Amino acid sequence: MTRRFRTVVFAVGAAGVAAFLAWGFAATPKFGHYRGPYGNILQKHGVQERHATNIVNAIVFDYRGIDTIGEEFILFAAVMGVTLLLRRQREERELGPAQERAEERTLLQTSDAVRVASLALIAPTEALGMYVVVHGHLTPGGGFQGGLVLAAAPLFIYLAGRYLVFRTVNPVGILDFGEGLGAGGFVAIGLIGLVSAAAFLQNVWPLGQVRSVFSGGMLPVINLAVGLEVAAGVVLVVYEFLEQTLVVRSRG
Amino acid sequence: MRGGVLPYFLAGWLFLIGLYGVTTSRNFVQLVMCLSVVQSSTYVLILEVGYRVGATAPIYKDVPVGTRAVDPVVQSLVLTDIVVGVVVVALILSLALQIHKRSETVNPDDLHVMEG
Repeated sequence: MTRRFRTVVFAVGAAGVAAFLAWGFAATPKFGHYRGPYGNILQKHGVQERHATNIVNAIVFDYRGIDTIGEEFILFAAVMGVTLLLRRQREERELGPAQERAEERTLLQTSDAVRVASLALIAPTEALGMYVVVHGHLTPGGGFQGGLVLAAAPLFIYLAGRYLVFRTVNPVGILDFGEGLGAGGFVAIGLIGLVSAAAFLQNVWPLGQVRSVFSGGMLPVINLAVGLEVAAGVVLVVYEFLEQTLVVRSRG
Repeated sequence: MRGGVLPYFLAGWLFLIGLYGVTTSRNFVQLVMCLSVVQSSTYVLILEVGYRVGATAPIYKDVPVGTRAVDPVVQSLVLTDIVVGVVVVALILSLALQIHKRSETVNPDDLHVMEG
């Protein structure tokens, strides 16, 4: 298929899709006039039922909890896929430690300003990430968002030009374990509900005082589990890509 | 703009321009980015469907329950999808990396034969 032919096929298809979209949009409720009903019901009863002020978080990990477990395992499978695809191939070999140091010297000529700023930001980033995770059921945030913030901190180590340190503080074994623990923890919490209340993910823990950190029943614990899984998974992906810079092909 | 359907066309435009990028791309990395643009069009569309004029976020930490807020359901859909989307992009990029290692090219047009 030549490029020209492909572009023509695209143009015809795109025109058709655009026409259908325009037809559909014309009959969609006007922008800014959401009708409900699900959002309205959840807004009305969510806080009272779950003692969580962040309704979005209550939906993600409670009302639509089973669906989120599915998404969580897409994430899990994708991380496993990256690890599997980027593992050392037959014709590849890793550079020895001496060569790595030489490579690091030549590759990472970061300025002192970047290095100092990166090192100074590691602790505040971890603190912010933990805050976003543990307050997930109260304020904007939660396991997914907080996990990504937590995963940013190891990147500062890399930015600071300490790739070898990055390698040593992020051993794959611990990351794998953390990811599995996070994913398994979510399912285990769901099973607690199944065993004690006859429904998967049914909350059986005390709901606590609304607006307090210790409220929302199982929500904060699920946030922690998901935060762990996302953070470990993203660091693992970044680690695998950075490892590629140390892998060279023996042929070519 | 207020109360019309014009904002939905932004989502349609993002979808088609991303798809245009995918069909004409000469580089796998760019192709993956175009795929992300296609994906973002769905976020824009469903967030727009849940929007309500003059409403606040569906978080009742500092405002009383019952305050006019946008739809929380679409927000939770987008939230999980963004995180999962990032990791799926990483998965596709790792495929591109392996193609580059094996065929010394990142141009989809240069790949003709399936290699085992």
